[in-house]
Amino acid sequence: MSNRTSRLIPTLELSGGSLIKTKNFRPFAHVGDPANSARIFNELEVDELIVVDTRRTRDRRNPPFAVIEELASECFMPLIYGGGVDSLRVASEVMRLGVEKIVVGSAAYENPILIRELVDLFGSQAVVSAVDYRGVGDERLRLCSDSGRHRERVGLFDWVETLEGLGAGELLLTSVDRQGTWEGLDLTTIASVTNRLGIPVVAHGGARSVAEARSVLDRGEASAVALGSVVAFQAKGKGVLVGLPEEE
Amino acid sequence: MIGIVDYGVGNVASVSNMLKRLGLESVRVSSSKAVAAVDRLILPGVGAFDAGMQALRRDGELITALEERVLTDRVPFLGICLGMQMLTSGSDEGREPGLGWVSGRAKRFGKDSGLKVPHVGWNSTTSGPGSKLLGGSQTPSRFYYVHSYYVEVDHNDGVTMTAEYGGDFCAGFERENVYGVQFHPEKSHRSGMQLLGNFAGL
Repeated sequence: MSNRTSRLIPTLELSGGSLIKTKNFRPFAHVGDPANSARIFNELEVDELIVVDTRRTRDRRNPPFAVIEELASECFMPLIYGGGVDSLRVASEVMRLGVEKIVVGSAAYENPILIRELVDLFGSQAVVSAVDYRGVGDERLRLCSDSGRHRERVGLFDWVETLEGLGAGELLLTSVDRQGTWEGLDLTTIASVTNRLGIPVVAHGGARSVAEARSVLDRGEASAVALGSVVAFQAKGKGVLVGLPEEE
Repeated sequence: MIGIVDYGVGNVASVSNMLKRLGLESVRVSSSKAVAAVDRLILPGVGAFDAGMQALRRDGELITALEERVLTDRVPFLGICLGMQMLTSGSDEGREPGLGWVSGRAKRFGKDSGLKVPHVGWNSTTSGPGSKLLGGSQTPSRFYYVHSYYVEVDHNDGVTMTAEYGGDFCAGFERENVYGVQFHPEKSHRSGMQLLGNFAGL
């Protein structure tokens, strides 16, 4: 069922205070300045903005609080942050800066109860569970943490149901194999996960165009689509151009 | 001066960022003394109902000061999202009693209706001619929502805005000086700026 509240969400990746784009979660290109990009998306009045700094998780470092604070002051739309959010203390600090939702991925495998604790403190609507997987469509799907580096043993469908049961308000579902490739969203897996859950699913990884994302939303296969490469480059293989390209 | 009630769980920074962009002065208020010094109050709210009420009650004098300012002095007061829900007598989400300034209760969106809950995203919001927050505009505005519970007021008078999610629900009420909106004006681009600007001019 198509839903009027469906969302297109530009996704920015931070690394060392500047913006990068990754492919299969590995650094691929420099994109530019975070605050400038946030301003562009604010002027375009995008539905929401996701900002992640995945290195923070791997290096077990705190999120870049100063950068987040600056971005929050430019965003008059909901801001979602992920990367290095592994405790109530860190989450509270991020939320205090003007972030609406926090993304928790890897930390939940080690400590699933963290999701419930975050939900009790901030409410379901503020807690987005990131689920990264390898394998596409009918292949065997394998969950992974730490930006695709670490294999997790639990099954994808069991895990998303566990996260919903813990109270997560949304799921950010990323195909690591498609992410940054422009090969198209993994529609089969996205639809299977959406059909299993009562919470909104944000589909991420591989989108080729705004039109593709909109058709996924129109068919109700996901509640939102996160766009990375599409909002960072002119086209596949072309130069950096931050924006939300209009449909042709 | 607009006071934004800072009780540890609301998103104060987002509200103050937008007021600043509008050129409006605001201050975080977390004590009874600070509440007494402002002439408009905003209660932002993100999170669970019980956690919100417990945080608001932690300093016993804060609620007393708010009640004096809002119910006796009648300064304009705006509750946002959970801040709106907390104005009612309670919520299906928790056990804590609400402030009870508005008779009604927060209910959960239907679980078995096939709706995705929480209701997240931009939704068209219809307002009546009596809406001061929307300046009487009857053109629907798009606002950003993220919530699993919505307010059902006991008497429909004062409901000035509605939105639809598996049925119409109360998106905003305006009762004398007490205003509540279910959406997040501070995260709703131009529509939100207009609403907060109107609130500042009441």
